[in-house]
Amino acid sequence: MAIASQDTAIRTGRVTRTLIYLVLLLFALFYLLPLYVMVVNSVKPLEEITGGGMMNLPRVWTLEPWSKAWSSAQIGVEPTGLRPYFWNSIAMVVPAVAISTVLGALNGYVLTKWRFKYDTILFGLMLFACFIPFQIVLIPMARMLGLMGLAGTTWGLALVHVVYGIGFTTLYFRNYYAVFPTELVRAAQIDGAGFFQIFWRILLPSSGPIAVVSIIWQFTNIWNDFLFGASFADANSQPMTVALNNLVQSSTGVKEYNVHFAGAILAALPTLLVYIVAGRYFVRGLMSGSVKG
Amino acid sequence: MGFLDIDNTTKSYGSVEVLHKVDISVEEGEFLVLVGPSGCGKSTLLNMIAGLEEITSGEIRIKDRVMNGVHPSKRNIAMVFQSYALYPNMTVGQNITFGLEMHGTPKPEREEAMHDVAKLLQIEQLLDRKPGALSGGQRQRVAMGRALVRNPDVFLFDEPLSNLDAKLRVDMRTEIKKLHQNLGTTIVYVTHDQIEALTLSTRIAVMNGGYVQQLGTPQEIYDRPANIFVATFMGSPAMNVVPAKVAMENGRPVAHVALHDGSSASLPFSQDNLAAWDGKDILLGIRPETITDEEAADRKSSNIAHLTNRVVVTEPAGSDTFVSMTLGGRDVIARMRSDAEVKPGADFVFAVNMEKAVAFDPQTENRIEA
Repeated sequence: MAIASQDTAIRTGRVTRTLIYLVLLLFALFYLLPLYVMVVNSVKPLEEITGGGMMNLPRVWTLEPWSKAWSSAQIGVEPTGLRPYFWNSIAMVVPAVAISTVLGALNGYVLTKWRFKYDTILFGLMLFACFIPFQIVLIPMARMLGLMGLAGTTWGLALVHVVYGIGFTTLYFRNYYAVFPTELVRAAQIDGAGFFQIFWRILLPSSGPIAVVSIIWQFTNIWNDFLFGASFADANSQPMTVALNNLVQSSTGVKEYNVHFAGAILAALPTLLVYIVAGRYFVRGLMSGSVKG
Repeated sequence: MGFLDIDNTTKSYGSVEVLHKVDISVEEGEFLVLVGPSGCGKSTLLNMIAGLEEITSGEIRIKDRVMNGVHPSKRNIAMVFQSYALYPNMTVGQNITFGLEMHGTPKPEREEAMHDVAKLLQIEQLLDRKPGALSGGQRQRVAMGRALVRNPDVFLFDEPLSNLDAKLRVDMRTEIKKLHQNLGTTIVYVTHDQIEALTLSTRIAVMNGGYVQQLGTPQEIYDRPANIFVATFMGSPAMNVVPAKVAMENGRPVAHVALHDGSSASLPFSQDNLAAWDGKDILLGIRPETITDEEAADRKSSNIAHLTNRVVVTEPAGSDTFVSMTLGGRDVIARMRSDAEVKPGADFVFAVNMEKAVAFDPQTENRIEA
């Protein structure tokens, strides 16, 4: 008890504390409710949903909606399920995240350890990229992709996301490397390491936390993006989010809510996984440098 | 031509000149210490030798090779940083051999060099550890090992001891001096600690405000400081500087210094060349250890002057007792043996070794040449 109370900055009475926990619990329940509804209804036969009782646990448990959403549901005109689009998303996300993170790290390295005239202005301009709304660039971007012959391809989509992500990743890495001791870079210079050797051998191995932040951020944003996917992809390169929309919008016959729920969870699963695997580094990375030690 | 020549070198940032025409020539095997208060330009000068800062004008030469614009790794120098700057993701062994690896030395040779250095510095058992798992003193050794393994022409040390605690600092100081004596390497060492400067160096450059105030052996710097800055910066407690008036008595210059009660004491100089200052004001510099009681006065000195003055405070410090008094309107500290019988508030007869006294021009603050 004595140890526990040392950790809390504010001492509160038992009644207040119970009240606080109750309210927090209520909020948590409220927040988790949609997830509950989604999970529960994705393992029900359709009749149980249409018969009312969205909140009830299923009487008959079935994984049928999941397999249907994955491999045989009607997406637009083809009964392919979400599977091909899932791979489209992976093929877009992995290079986009990797390239934007590496470029961000390089930018951060240059902006902090190889200072040049007007570097802060350049950094300010790059930061500006974080504030440009997606809608503004849609038409010029479509034209650019067309000129480059990348319109309607996964690579084109990846390129768009790389360009949009560089502002954020540069911000992360610049701030991280700003507190990275410059003496290490100088020592490596005297030791004879070149520009890229210092980057690969000295800086990058110490960049774990911020790389995780950058990867989580980029992965979540790119995976969840709908607008670019809907605008720049053709039928063969559409990402998961667009396919999910098409799944839900396809209006042949009855609305299969259980399949929709399963599809939505499938679409959200990768980001969830990334958070679970790397989430603890996220907070650590965001906070690193703010407090010494 | 020396081994390392700093020839009329200046450094400017924009229109601000931070180093003004520095001229130092270092011989092979010398241990040069750059000492001065923070902001005096000593670290900038070191970084210029290392090639981490550009040279605005002038030349730096190592072994007669002009270093201006030469990349740090091509100067055959090694540097020990204040923060040690050990690569945190590499083991001690990798830290030591990284430079060799970058210079393309084959692995067996690297290993051999690493073991030689580790043996020399007694860090063999640490070779597989990461720097994070080492103590301050061990990190310091590794940082020195990383410098030594390259077998460079010149070693550069940037305040290497300032992150250590007081005891370790003294130990490492001795260690560095031993290393220098055994290996006979050329070292340029930056510190703000005047004791480090005096103990380690074969020569000292005292710097202030971007100027080299004085360049000389520790003895020269201590006994014949070029000006009041050097006199008070080097030595602890600082040299006492008091206003005095010169008068010629029996053909010898004598300094008249005001005592606490307004009367004055006569302190005859050993040097004769102050005749031109007859009747003029000077600043008299006396080191604390040259003011003692009669019994402890230097027997070899041919010129012990006496003065009776009121003791203000005594501070026993174990081996010594520091005694303060008012002389020429300023606080003056005398460093006496611990069993000198001095009482605060009482009058005491001080013995001043005037052989060691120096005189400064009050206008220029430079020492009047003896």
